Amino acid sequence: MSATLADPNAARTHARAMDGIVVEAMPILPPRADDLPAGVSSDDLLWEETIAGGGYASRALARGTRLRLIDLEGDACASLLLFNAATPTERLNIADTVKVQWDAYPSAGSLLLSDMGRVLASIEQDDAGTHDAFCGASSEASNQRHYGDGRNSGAHPNARDRLLLGAAKHGLSRRDVHPCINLFKGVRIAADGAIVPELGPFAPGRALVLRAEMDLILVIANCPHVLDGRPWSVTPLRATAWRGSVAAADDPIRTATPERRRAFLNTEDLYRR
Amino acid sequence: MENDPHIAGLTGQIVHDEIVAARAPWMHRVKAGETLRIIDLEGNQAVDFLLYATDDDAERYSAQDTVAAQANIFLRSGSVLLSNEGRPMMTITGTSVEYHDTIGGACSIESNSLRYGHHTKAQHSCVDNFLNANLRDGRGKRDMVSNVNFFMNVPVEADGALGIVDGISAPGLSVDLRAEMDVTVVVSNCPQINNPCNGFNPTPVRMIVTA
Repeated sequence: MSATLADPNAARTHARAMDGIVVEAMPILPPRADDLPAGVSSDDLLWEETIAGGGYASRALARGTRLRLIDLEGDACASLLLFNAATPTERLNIADTVKVQWDAYPSAGSLLLSDMGRVLASIEQDDAGTHDAFCGASSEASNQRHYGDGRNSGAHPNARDRLLLGAAKHGLSRRDVHPCINLFKGVRIAADGAIVPELGPFAPGRALVLRAEMDLILVIANCPHVLDGRPWSVTPLRATAWRGSVAAADDPIRTATPERRRAFLNTEDLYRR
Repeated sequence: MENDPHIAGLTGQIVHDEIVAARAPWMHRVKAGETLRIIDLEGNQAVDFLLYATDDDAERYSAQDTVAAQANIFLRSGSVLLSNEGRPMMTITGTSVEYHDTIGGACSIESNSLRYGHHTKAQHSCVDNFLNANLRDGRGKRDMVSNVNFFMNVPVEADGALGIVDGISAPGLSVDLRAEMDVTVVVSNCPQINNPCNGFNPTPVRMIVTA
């Protein structure tokens, strides 16, 4: 209690004095970015936000939108959920993503597939190459083991509960939080099945660009990887999105394999109405 | 029954014993402390397997929590099947197969269209089996998550190549699971005929529960 804020007028003056404060991890409204790729107009910029270490974000993205994620300091871990915005029971299926593409390690050119045989998003560019389709999100239980505390309200929030909050902002709940993909933190699988983490920290500034192939709800948590044995360490993640066109018939990602070609055919069929 | 080779090593009273037909779904509640034995009667029959906490079915098997906690993608004797809340649901107390899969997911009409082509539309699939069973219990599509595939072999090669290959199971091999909480077990006795997961020939499996 502060005597100077004892009446609403003083409280209002105090609150309004915060206008214009800039911190590292925050959304920029309207969005502003001085490093858009050549050919992208600032008029098409849709989203510019830096997500705090331990933070989360969620957003609706239209089909064709490009989402660039940058691991600003080399120690971000972007746990990602994807939903069909129109019918969110359709969502990322990480098992189908690796199985259908015969590839354990999503990277440039990979599709992120839904449980309906459609492509939610393509990985258009990838500087990192260290991603993880297997380990999923940390949980309150796993953070409790690693840090002695995993509550969202504490100093060591867990990715699963961050994803739950992000999903809740779109009317979704526990049953909707599905197996995720971790971007920027990677694993490799040994011949005996052992999961070998590749957790860095990496060089600052690694970027990845996703192309939304459907109208999406996207949820990102930026918490330490579940197998990260270090003391709590996670750095901010930058998200930038801009309008773009949908994949053309001769798009090189689309035409790379028969499985990918059919995933795009299924996706186009959804929008044939 | 004394000559029944499938009950060797089981202790306690048999409280349920059922043959699940080829291509069929199956759902059964197993109480904490009970043991479920799944027997691959004719060999290399994938058994797609999900778990829900009986008291709160928004808590369910989590393949990702399970493999992360053991830092290995293969399920072996001693593996603990964890929920999305990080709690033990069942423990593999023994198995005569070297390892089982939990990264390959369940086949579906929709993924079959990608893997093999749209000509497979009329074929049976595990996702439809899971849905058939879950819908009877008030669950639906949001309750479908990455599952276990007992008796299925999904190696990852050094270059990242991943796929369902010839099985490492055989007639009569089995897996025993002890329930660590009251669980609802939902199974699809896999009907896939386009890859080696069932030796291109779906066959019955046997489920025995002891208390």
